[in-house]
Amino acid sequence: MVERTPVFNAICQAILLIGLLIVLLPFVIVIVASTHDIRTVNTVPMPLTPGGDLFVNLHEAWVRADLGRKLFNSFLFAGTVAAGKVLLSSMAAFGIVYFRFPGRMLLFWLIFITLMLPLEVRIVPTYAVAANALAPFQAILDITGVTWLIQTLSGIRVSLEWGLLNSYTGLILPLVSTATGTFLYRQFYLTVPDELAEAAKMDGSGPVRFFVDVLLPLSKPNMIALFTIMFVWAWNQYLWPLLITTDPKFGIAATQLKTLIPSEFGLPDWNVAMAGTLLIMSPPLIVVILLQRWFVRGLISTEK
Amino acid sequence: MSSIAIKGVRKAYAKNAVVHGVDLDIASGEFIVILGPSGCGKSTLLRMIAGLEEITGGEIWIDGKLVNKMEPRERGCAMVFQNYALYPHMTVAENIGYALKVAGVPKAERAARVAATAKVVGLEAFLDRRPAALSGGQRQRVAMGRAIVREPKVFLFDEPLSNLDAKLRVAMRAEIRRLHRRLGATSVFVTHDQTEAMTLGDRLIVMNGGRIEQVGTPAEVYNRPATRFVANFVGSPAMNLMEGEIDRHGIFTLDAARRIAIPNAIESRLVGHKVTLGVRAEAARLVAPEAPGALPATVDFVEELGAGRVVHTDLGGVSFAVAISDPVAPGTGEPVGILIDPADVHLFAQDDGRRIDLAAPQAALDPAA
Repeated sequence: MVERTPVFNAICQAILLIGLLIVLLPFVIVIVASTHDIRTVNTVPMPLTPGGDLFVNLHEAWVRADLGRKLFNSFLFAGTVAAGKVLLSSMAAFGIVYFRFPGRMLLFWLIFITLMLPLEVRIVPTYAVAANALAPFQAILDITGVTWLIQTLSGIRVSLEWGLLNSYTGLILPLVSTATGTFLYRQFYLTVPDELAEAAKMDGSGPVRFFVDVLLPLSKPNMIALFTIMFVWAWNQYLWPLLITTDPKFGIAATQLKTLIPSEFGLPDWNVAMAGTLLIMSPPLIVVILLQRWFVRGLISTEK
Repeated sequence: MSSIAIKGVRKAYAKNAVVHGVDLDIASGEFIVILGPSGCGKSTLLRMIAGLEEITGGEIWIDGKLVNKMEPRERGCAMVFQNYALYPHMTVAENIGYALKVAGVPKAERAARVAATAKVVGLEAFLDRRPAALSGGQRQRVAMGRAIVREPKVFLFDEPLSNLDAKLRVAMRAEIRRLHRRLGATSVFVTHDQTEAMTLGDRLIVMNGGRIEQVGTPAEVYNRPATRFVANFVGSPAMNLMEGEIDRHGIFTLDAARRIAIPNAIESRLVGHKVTLGVRAEAARLVAPEAPGALPATVDFVEELGAGRVVHTDLGGVSFAVAISDPVAPGTGEPVGILIDPADVHLFAQDDGRRIDLAAPQAALDPAA
């Protein structure tokens, strides 16, 4: 039931406003703190009006945390992960929805239940695989006795190795698969009328052509929505990048933020820490703002 | 242009058979309409010709080539779908030209052919629009244009007019007819609308329950329905059907007061058989109740059609419709007489519903005698 009375409306607005303030307050503190000098930022209570040292602090944070390099890495990492997820899930869902093959539903549910296995749960085995991406194949060869056979016959010991630690590949590849995206895409494909696929068939296009010419353009809102969510998600990844990259060359911004936080006995320059925070949290914000029109449409649309 | 031969084609989904052995020959350039109620397998048959459904059994030949295992694109058919199935993200020109693009036709030639096709279907002004910005009739034309542009050997129409409003449907019907005359390609048109079927087809195929009931020209199907099903399905209002027995005088008896003499019934050895007798509403006449030979009935209600009226009567428990052109129709509950000319009577066997053809009509025998 939809209630339409001025009093009720006012109450709703008030609740929304309070919620908005609660959500925005931390951001306000970050922004305000990043504009003060070290003395002002440490007064209690900290003034809630902005000061004039924003650019000094930004520059200090940028230099001290090597943010140029780290932000570039973050962009590369989050962008590639998000794009990879879109590509992979669109193709996986295409296979599941448009092809009839035995085990199709089983495959879908196998992908789907990985929703229950987030990275944090499988971090140790995933790390082991990343340390040597070919280890599972080595294990298969060992168990089936192929390794032994080859060694006895030729004297060569088979030892497969492909380490992904401290590389962009290792940073990105293990995060590219996505059950959420596959599910989102599957639901989208199910809303595409069958006749469209049949019309394409009659027009002489094969499955790949149909995918590229019809499905991908149609799924643009879907694609952008997924990209946005996944970009923000990847940008905020902390545990995996921390674990797989020890070489600062491959470090990303989110983990780098730690170096800006003042240590217990160090200089309490929270203004610089907050300036760094501001720099690191703005890119996903900008992406969301730029893509939000499409983003919302992709999540709710059934337009045909 | 090419001919289609369908030989013993069957279709089953799992154990569920929907088409039971259809045999059909379609001549080159012919306009064939497959007519039947929903679920009779007509669309399935069409989709098997198109290659969108696998063929469970039997053979389909197009232009002398067995196409059972061919992909749709290799068969040279173009199809117009019921809901048009236009690509929503492409403009009209792109929609029409997509098949050519897939086929790798060079851009300049493609543009020329799209323009020529757009002219044929009257869409020159809309080439840059998206389907969403078109009306139902225009979308229908795009779908037709998409089929025409490839210059296919065979056109397949899957109830293409059923999403249009009545007026547009009549206009599109005429347009399809004109188009066929102009292009001369073999066409198969599936519909459940008998008016469409009668007006469009060179030949009609009436299907029911996965089987062909009758193949014939629209006039044949209307005038000499091969089965009780066809009699009931084709014609509006539906043919009046009543069940009864033919007695030893060759008279069809519904009840004591309602009897119709059937010429040649005795010679045709129908005596003592239970039959279904059919009379078209247009063939029966409404007369005064006391007129000689009239069957007594009471008026149930009258349907006003503008040009004429259909009087629905109660004929001893059987409902019987009579079409009249008289501007004055009797009122509900009024007693009337119904006059049936035995020459207009259709007889169908009670068991399998097949038409019973009486031995040569009397009139034909007379000159020889």
